[in-house]
Amino acid sequence: MNIIHQIPTILMIIAPILITAIGGMFTERSGVVNIALEGLMGLGACTTACCYTLMEGAGYGRYSLVIALLFGAFIGCLFSVIHATAAIDLKADQTISGTGINLLADGLTIFIAQILFHSDRTREYKLGMLPDKLGLYPTVYISLMVVIIGWYVLFKTPFGMHLRACGEHPAAADSVGINVRKMRYAGVLISGALAGLSGGCIVLTQTIQYTSGTIGGRGFIALAAVSFGRWTPLGVTGAAILFGGMQAMGVIATSFPFLSHIQSEYFNILPYAVTLIALILTSGRDYAPQANGIPYEKGAS
Amino acid sequence: MQNENNDSFVDRILESEVMTSILVVILGFLCGTLIIIAVGKNPSDMFGSIFDSMIGIPKRKGGWNYRYIGETLAYSMPFILCGLSMGLPARVGLFNIGAEGQYIMGMTAAQSVALWMSPFGGQWILCLLVAVLAGAIWGGIVGVLKAKYNVSEVVATIMMNYIALYGSRLICFTQPGATTYNTAALPQTVLLDKFLIKTSNFNIGVFFVLIAVLSYWFVMNKTRLGYMMRATGYNKNTAKCCGISTIKSITTSMAMAGAFAGLAGALVLLGGAFPIGRIITGMDNYGFMGIAVSLVGNNTAIGNLLAGLLFGVLKQSQSLMQGRNIPKEITYIIQGLIVIFISLRSGLVLYKQYRNKKKLKKEVLANK
Amino acid sequence: MSEYAIEMLGITKTFPGIIANDNVTLQVKNNEVHALLGENGAGKSTLMSILFGAYSPDAGKIKIFGNEVNIKNPTVATTLGIGMVHQHFKLVHNYTVTENIVLGREPRNRFGMLNLSIAEKKVQALSDAYGLKVDPKAKIDDITVGQQQRVEILKTLYSNSQIIIFDEPTAVLTPQEVDELMEIIRKLKAEGKTIVLITHKLKEIKAVSDQCSVLRRGKYIGTVQVADVSEEDLASMMVGRAVKFKTQKNPVHLGKKVLDLQHLSILDQNGNPKIKDLSLELRAGEILGIAGVDGNGQSELLMGLCGLLPVQEGTISLNGVDITHMTVLQRIEKGLGYVPEDRQKYGLIKEFSLSENAVLKDFYKPQYNGKFHTLDQSKFKDIATEEIKEFDIRTALGADTQAGSLSGGNQQKAIIAREVSLNPHVLLVAQPTRGLDVGAIEFIRNRLLQERDKGTAIILVSFELDEIMNLCDTIATISNGQIVGVFKEGEVSEEQIGLMMASSGKGENDAK
Repeated sequence: MNIIHQIPTILMIIAPILITAIGGMFTERSGVVNIALEGLMGLGACTTACCYTLMEGAGYGRYSLVIALLFGAFIGCLFSVIHATAAIDLKADQTISGTGINLLADGLTIFIAQILFHSDRTREYKLGMLPDKLGLYPTVYISLMVVIIGWYVLFKTPFGMHLRACGEHPAAADSVGINVRKMRYAGVLISGALAGLSGGCIVLTQTIQYTSGTIGGRGFIALAAVSFGRWTPLGVTGAAILFGGMQAMGVIATSFPFLSHIQSEYFNILPYAVTLIALILTSGRDYAPQANGIPYEKGAS
Repeated sequence: MQNENNDSFVDRILESEVMTSILVVILGFLCGTLIIIAVGKNPSDMFGSIFDSMIGIPKRKGGWNYRYIGETLAYSMPFILCGLSMGLPARVGLFNIGAEGQYIMGMTAAQSVALWMSPFGGQWILCLLVAVLAGAIWGGIVGVLKAKYNVSEVVATIMMNYIALYGSRLICFTQPGATTYNTAALPQTVLLDKFLIKTSNFNIGVFFVLIAVLSYWFVMNKTRLGYMMRATGYNKNTAKCCGISTIKSITTSMAMAGAFAGLAGALVLLGGAFPIGRIITGMDNYGFMGIAVSLVGNNTAIGNLLAGLLFGVLKQSQSLMQGRNIPKEITYIIQGLIVIFISLRSGLVLYKQYRNKKKLKKEVLANK
Repeated sequence: MSEYAIEMLGITKTFPGIIANDNVTLQVKNNEVHALLGENGAGKSTLMSILFGAYSPDAGKIKIFGNEVNIKNPTVATTLGIGMVHQHFKLVHNYTVTENIVLGREPRNRFGMLNLSIAEKKVQALSDAYGLKVDPKAKIDDITVGQQQRVEILKTLYSNSQIIIFDEPTAVLTPQEVDELMEIIRKLKAEGKTIVLITHKLKEIKAVSDQCSVLRRGKYIGTVQVADVSEEDLASMMVGRAVKFKTQKNPVHLGKKVLDLQHLSILDQNGNPKIKDLSLELRAGEILGIAGVDGNGQSELLMGLCGLLPVQEGTISLNGVDITHMTVLQRIEKGLGYVPEDRQKYGLIKEFSLSENAVLKDFYKPQYNGKFHTLDQSKFKDIATEEIKEFDIRTALGADTQAGSLSGGNQQKAIIAREVSLNPHVLLVAQPTRGLDVGAIEFIRNRLLQERDKGTAIILVSFELDEIMNLCDTIATISNGQIVGVFKEGEVSEEQIGLMMASSGKGENDAK
């Protein structure tokens, strides 16, 4: 069956969405909504692209792939500090500060490209990530590891237990000596690092450079996957597979004769429409962490 | 606590919304300047471009060339409208990031009227009307989803933006003369007449923008609908408990927001920059910038007007900057920083509380 | 070792706009039950929050078991052996009993990972040792309020607290559960613990305390041996004057039936049945009290009556008109008024001025028309100014004052003024005097009686039994979503009502 041959491609497209979504799960479980995932992915992608293309050109070989990815994650983490400070210490409106970062990221990434490469996109690199013998890209394995480690940390470690308490009832956590501020910072920084990592994954597998359309709303799709997946690792993974799969349809459609007649724009619309419908369907009961999006005020009993 | 007289200069600045907006803009520019210097460029090139966009340049043969001012004003129009589009739902407690999609639908609707109907006098009026309607529907859909199903308007509007982008392409491909990048030429009967500064794209659309600004102010402050919307925005629960239809408030505000953005789309299409119809490949970004406009303008009518003018200046200055070797993206960076700084307004509130606490402590211990 | 477990000397604590504790001294002897008495806003919770490390005092010092200490945060307090059973439980709703008890001090295996099975065993052992029955594996969402409180108590015992502070522990308990709690406190004392009981319930102080310290408006008034004083003595210390326990009430003049509830069934927002087959009648000029412990369906009943929750079965008739499926606005127009329990969340818009708040329910009417059918805001101001005068609402800027800047009592007056100005046939009132000072309480109670004398029918939902006994002509007890008994004033004693509040639907007695 043709579809089996397509699985590696489908997984490759799902992987970045899944990584970002797990990050989104961490931050929301700690009680902070991070709308800036889209922008952080962009910053990570741009960083990784610049880093890799420069290192490849300088002859650093295949190890530069790993370094570029790590650097992308680091930058994502760094910029998420802005959102963390705004949301946690300054009790800002989390939607506004997140949107600000998205706008900033839009500008900053292309600005850097202009400065480094005198163009509105980064310089193309020659050879990105390569699939292994099974046809799977390394990013698929990375995403799998992220899910498993994420699940373990969140549910089997004391850290995870404290983090989740901060998202449900920060006053209860505070009263037993948990530092709510630190926990929430951790949640946001983890999401920033994973978003940056995911952006890097996109740019090393699905394209050859970074430009302003590269992320294309995937950060928001990941955000929707978190709530559609009811904030659990299993649910979020399922949601990411669904939404990512829809995105993949556009790419693999050309290999199916009965699909190749359909204009590509329909496939472009598919992931967004499915996400929207999913949101409508799950709009009933509230499974969100109870303190999600609400800044914590000490002393409000 | 009666300490009005003891308020220092700092306290008074913290109180005023206008001052914080101005402060935030200045801060944004400051950071932008620092970044320019950090990458080894000359900030005076940046500021020079901005000034030229505000006041024009002398003509070679003597006299004054107002063209840049005209372009600035032309660019301001969609910014103002998209700012209104963000501001109205904001007053009802909603975050409309969908102005971009509503803009696209308005533009596409206007283009459809332009190309699918044979030209007739005054056709441009029909184009504008259809654009307003298309935007209103696109926004209204999200309003209904939020009001009835409590779907997050933040994520919903972003999805609608992308659906509009690709949907617009699908529609435009069926229009007369469609190739990969554009369609047939737009007939003269739909293009907007130039106004005042005829060397630029400044056009009679400005009257509609002013009408929009006025109606925003009027609805919010002088009508029962505005009262309902403000009540819903401040406290949805109390509003419901008092019999106010929050569903109506939410849906109407989103529809009106869509109408403003749709109008913006039509004005940009028919304003003279596009002699032939467009098949868009990306987003124009007026919608997203509208978010910053409204935040700086503090969601008021006059604020949006002034902030929209500021952003118009910034956009016009971009092309001048490119010519002077400054990447135009610096303006996006400045706008992003402005939004981030605005979100920290609440930090100012905290700082104010902290100062009040300290003052109070001093007073109490002094009275012992 | 000092005879005192706790000494708080000269404690002062201020917040913006208020001096919560003004040079307060509290001395609690070792192994005694010490009550801390005061009205709402007297400063009891603040003082104990300082003891528990949630706040730092602006001035003063604290000694625990004779040693001067600096309690910077709750962790330090816990290390010193101080534990707190909070009024609003600090429990994570979707964690189990065990997870909540060990949160922050979890037993770990050798890799540092959670070891919840050992935790469960420890919790079970503790529960058996002190007779506090809980199921270690149950989720907080699924257990009763009384059980949740036991989890809070076990939290303090798990961390080896020697001093246990109870903050208004009986506000959410049925009378049976209150007795159980008193037993638990006696047992803890027998085990050597020192107990501080924050409350304003005089009966409980008499039942279980050795000494009682009284706070009034942030100041320390004095400490008494509980056995030597009466409830009246305690009350006057608390309030500062001889307290009139009963409000003057005119005899009741019942008019025709205005509200008829027949076999109502209402689900709450999560789909759980909260009102089951409830029937009730209300006549003009009558105050009908609904007595019951919080959580038995009172909120859902009121929300169903005013239209915020849909009614699954049954009918509501207002003056003969079936309003069961009418919108909120339609019911308001038919003469239904509502003074909600949570005034900040449902009653007022704090960013609006008093003028704008005054017309929330009738702003659309033609009397507020300006030119060209626009809204004339100055007309709001006239209404608001009248209400301010009539209800003696203390404001900084008159009708232009933001509602959020008023005190609780004045906010409540503003809400009642608005409701009453619409001349409702039926007025639903929930917890009207919660959190208010004595002056405001007296004013509001008298005003409600005034409305009742004018012929308005009033449903009063309150968790304070003496408020119900004082004001109501008819008393209905609600338990588990059903009316358990209906009595005319004087037919039943407070004790009997208390017992009925705890029963579960047996002995149903319709008011006919």
